[in-house]
Amino acid sequence: MINSWLLIFVIVLYLGFLFFIAYWAEVNKKSKLVKSPYIYALSLAVYCSAWTYYGSIGVAARSGVEFLAIYLGPVIAAPLWIYILQKIIRLSKVYNISSIADFISLRYGNNRSVGAIVTIICALSIIPYISLQLKAVAESFNILSYSDDFSNESKYLFTDTTFYIAIILAFFSAFYGTLRYDASQQKRGLFFAVSVESIIKLAVFVFVGIYVCFYLFDSPQDIYVKASKNFDVSSLTKFNGLEDGINWWFTIVLSFLAIFLLPRQFQASVVENKNKKQLHSAIWFFPLYLLIFNVFVLFIAFGGRLNFSENVNADYYSLLLPLQNGDHFLAVLVFIGGFSAVISMVVVSTLALSTMLSNNLIIPYGFIKTFQKHEHEKNQKLIKNIRRLSVFSLITISFLLYRFVNPQTTLFSIGLLSFLLVAQLAPSFFIGMFWNRGSAFGAKSGMITGLAVVFILYVFPFFQNTDFTDASVRTVNQAEILYFQAESLSFLSPVNHCFFWSLSLNIFAFIGFSLIRRGNYRERNYGEVFVNSSAAINMKEDSFVWKGDAEARDIINIWDRFIGAERAERALDIFKRRYKIQDIGTKADARLINFSEKLLTGAVGSASAKILISNVAKEQPIPLVEVLKILEENREAIASNKQLTKQSEQLLGLTEELKTANDSLKKQDKLKDDFLNAVAHELKTPITSIQASSEVLKDNTDMPDDLKNQFLENIMFDTERITKLINDILDLEKLATGRVKLNRITQNLMDTIQHAIDTLKPIADKKNVELKLKSFQNEIFLKHDDDKMIQVFTNLLSNAVKFVERDMGKIQIKIENDLKYIIISIEDNGTGVPKVDRPYIFDKFYQSDEQAFKKNEGSGFGLAICKQIIELHQAFIYLDETYSTGAKFIIKLPKTIENEKDIISR
Amino acid sequence: MKKILLVDDEPNIVMALEYALKKKGYDVRIARDGIEALNIFEKIKPCLIILDIMMPKMDGFEVLESIKVDENDSSKVIFLSAKNKDDDIKKGLEAGADDYFTKPFSTKKLLDKIELLYQP
Repeated sequence: MINSWLLIFVIVLYLGFLFFIAYWAEVNKKSKLVKSPYIYALSLAVYCSAWTYYGSIGVAARSGVEFLAIYLGPVIAAPLWIYILQKIIRLSKVYNISSIADFISLRYGNNRSVGAIVTIICALSIIPYISLQLKAVAESFNILSYSDDFSNESKYLFTDTTFYIAIILAFFSAFYGTLRYDASQQKRGLFFAVSVESIIKLAVFVFVGIYVCFYLFDSPQDIYVKASKNFDVSSLTKFNGLEDGINWWFTIVLSFLAIFLLPRQFQASVVENKNKKQLHSAIWFFPLYLLIFNVFVLFIAFGGRLNFSENVNADYYSLLLPLQNGDHFLAVLVFIGGFSAVISMVVVSTLALSTMLSNNLIIPYGFIKTFQKHEHEKNQKLIKNIRRLSVFSLITISFLLYRFVNPQTTLFSIGLLSFLLVAQLAPSFFIGMFWNRGSAFGAKSGMITGLAVVFILYVFPFFQNTDFTDASVRTVNQAEILYFQAESLSFLSPVNHCFFWSLSLNIFAFIGFSLIRRGNYRERNYGEVFVNSSAAINMKEDSFVWKGDAEARDIINIWDRFIGAERAERALDIFKRRYKIQDIGTKADARLINFSEKLLTGAVGSASAKILISNVAKEQPIPLVEVLKILEENREAIASNKQLTKQSEQLLGLTEELKTANDSLKKQDKLKDDFLNAVAHELKTPITSIQASSEVLKDNTDMPDDLKNQFLENIMFDTERITKLINDILDLEKLATGRVKLNRITQNLMDTIQHAIDTLKPIADKKNVELKLKSFQNEIFLKHDDDKMIQVFTNLLSNAVKFVERDMGKIQIKIENDLKYIIISIEDNGTGVPKVDRPYIFDKFYQSDEQAFKKNEGSGFGLAICKQIIELHQAFIYLDETYSTGAKFIIKLPKTIENEKDIISR
Repeated sequence: MKKILLVDDEPNIVMALEYALKKKGYDVRIARDGIEALNIFEKIKPCLIILDIMMPKMDGFEVLESIKVDENDSSKVIFLSAKNKDDDIKKGLEAGADDYFTKPFSTKKLLDKIELLYQP
């Protein structure tokens, strides 16, 4: 139907595009896009392989909602997942861990065989998984290129397109997976490309879903109605009793374990993690991604069943539906989406697995000696080559497996086998993280037991019966399951049945053998580190107890060989700075040993790192009690050190606080001083006058009576001045400290102003000054404190009267109205306010050097009091600086909603 | 008769001092601000100026400065001020005043001082 050369061209084009994207991201490492936490969350979607993309539709068509369990596991457990993941990530970063094999092997004291067993289990699990991906590509390719007989497989290797696709994939993975030598370093470019693929596969899948629901059919309901007429839908959308439900939960648990343990997930979520922020966005984004992916699965499955006969492979409905309808372009898009899912899975899996194979199997079991002889460049080249070779062998074995396995085997059943195998790491992995007594022997026993059970119960029956078809895997397996199957468990599906027994026996063996054969000091030490990870991370190199004899020079030599002289020098610098030492001395101490092991772990894996160090160091075994004792001491030392730091930080904070408090007190003190000075100064003038007058009176008894009276009047006048001054000060203090409650009543503001004018009128008349009032309205009802506002107006008017010239003075009060405010302005044609004083006239403590203004004003606190009163009314008072022919004060009284009503209604 | 120029913007203080000085036999002239003070000074050339520091239009220091421009002038100056800090007093005396009285002050002491200044 579609020319196969054209398809190959599309594939090559697409791979070129991915190469370009990965290259671009590697170059623009620092760009916001590449660093975005969503890129991390999207790269986790490497979880969705061809198994999801094609396989879940097949499962949905055959057994309904069962497919959901695989995705619900990660969704339901997302919070728990993130919690545990944080711990794993922290440990992995500190110890330069580059794979799950390293992680588990380190937990059990850099145990070489533990790492090797983990690697083997992973390889066993991933090889069929990869072959499943190849199968998916091959089948989808064939569907597109030969319309009907898609499973027709080529008899000869070289005419099989899958072979070429496998080779392309191998090159792609080998190139990208080994760009860097230190496996614990991040591969931003590659994972950026993976994220882009995640977007592509989701977008295409959703698009096909919409196409099926709304283009091929009228709506999702339409599909459902038609489907329920044709076949038994309810059995596909509901659980058949408790048994199905339990099976479902088993699958959820299985997939929950897989999200941690699958090597590609470990690579994407742990090794590639850069910061905590990424986890925070992944916690909701990744489950959301999975949910979106599953929205249309059931509808595409139903749509497929309505259109095709039973013997068409339901896995490929998403391809077949557009093809049948003649939408070839869409079919190619679907193929590209599936191809994206395949590439990301294969590349990341082979990358993770090749690291494990090289660092945990090949190097520690054969190449250590070789490495010790060579120089850094040669070692690096060799390690890279080992990894490349691993990638090629993995893909080759997968390809061969694909050629051997019965073509009728469904994607789903192979996928579950992978999950089953990888789940065998769970006890050593999870229990080991929370139980410090788990030993290497226990871990090995558990994993081997579990592996054996999976082979007996699932793998052998799987391969023995080459004749099974389609979903009959279940029935065939059930027949094969012999003595393990107790009557009461017969309701479990073969996978879950195997899962149950393998994991139970695995846990049993792990715990049992851990208790029987306790780990040595090294295992126990790392047990402590993993269980109390946060304490251990704080302790840095003190978290590992080591006693022995080693030349520091030998240790540094190893660094040179494995990470190169340049990096070794940098690392040494970091080490010296961390422990504030000038020179590392001739003998290596525990810190240097521990630091070296971490450093080398990134390059050659934890087991090899230990071997390398132990080759140049004579390690003395330490009694377990002593290990624990030293660890406790170190921990306490760190804790007390931390507490000291905390205390000194607290003290510093306190000092700072005291300083601010002191500063503010000083400032207040200064304000108080200024205030007292101002008060004293204002009091002195009338007192001087009183003193002078009374002295004159006393010394001149012969003074005429009328003059005597004049002096006495002067004394009285000044006494009054003092009284007023004292009252003003008290008023101001009350207002400023908020001890004055306004008595706000809705009343006519015009009356209030008139009252003030009446008070000032005699003085104005005496000076022959004109006093005018202009208003837009005769009655303005506004809520205000009558007495206090009279005080304000009186004060402003008396100022005005004082500053205008006799006979020439003109004072005008104008009342205007705008949307929000009643605006009252009081202007005069007097001397005005000197420019230097303008910013300070409302300041109660300000004492003008240009005393001119203040002296005439009276107490000097009048304007400060006005300002306080006005502000208590939520209003404003200010000097209009644009007014130049005298002084103009403006008061803006807000019309509250309530006031507004009053103003309008009257 | 010995001429005294009394400069202050507080009418009540001026009234009391004027009475006391006249009673002692001085020829007293009054000014209410710095500018008026300079005008009168030019006219009558008094032997003594009793000068308030903080006044409208021109303060006591400016008045003093203007008077001291004429080096031949022998008139004496007594400052009156509410500013009573040591610094203020120092500044006043450094500006060339013969004495500095802080408000409130004893009229009697002021009169004694004036008498002392006039003694040959």
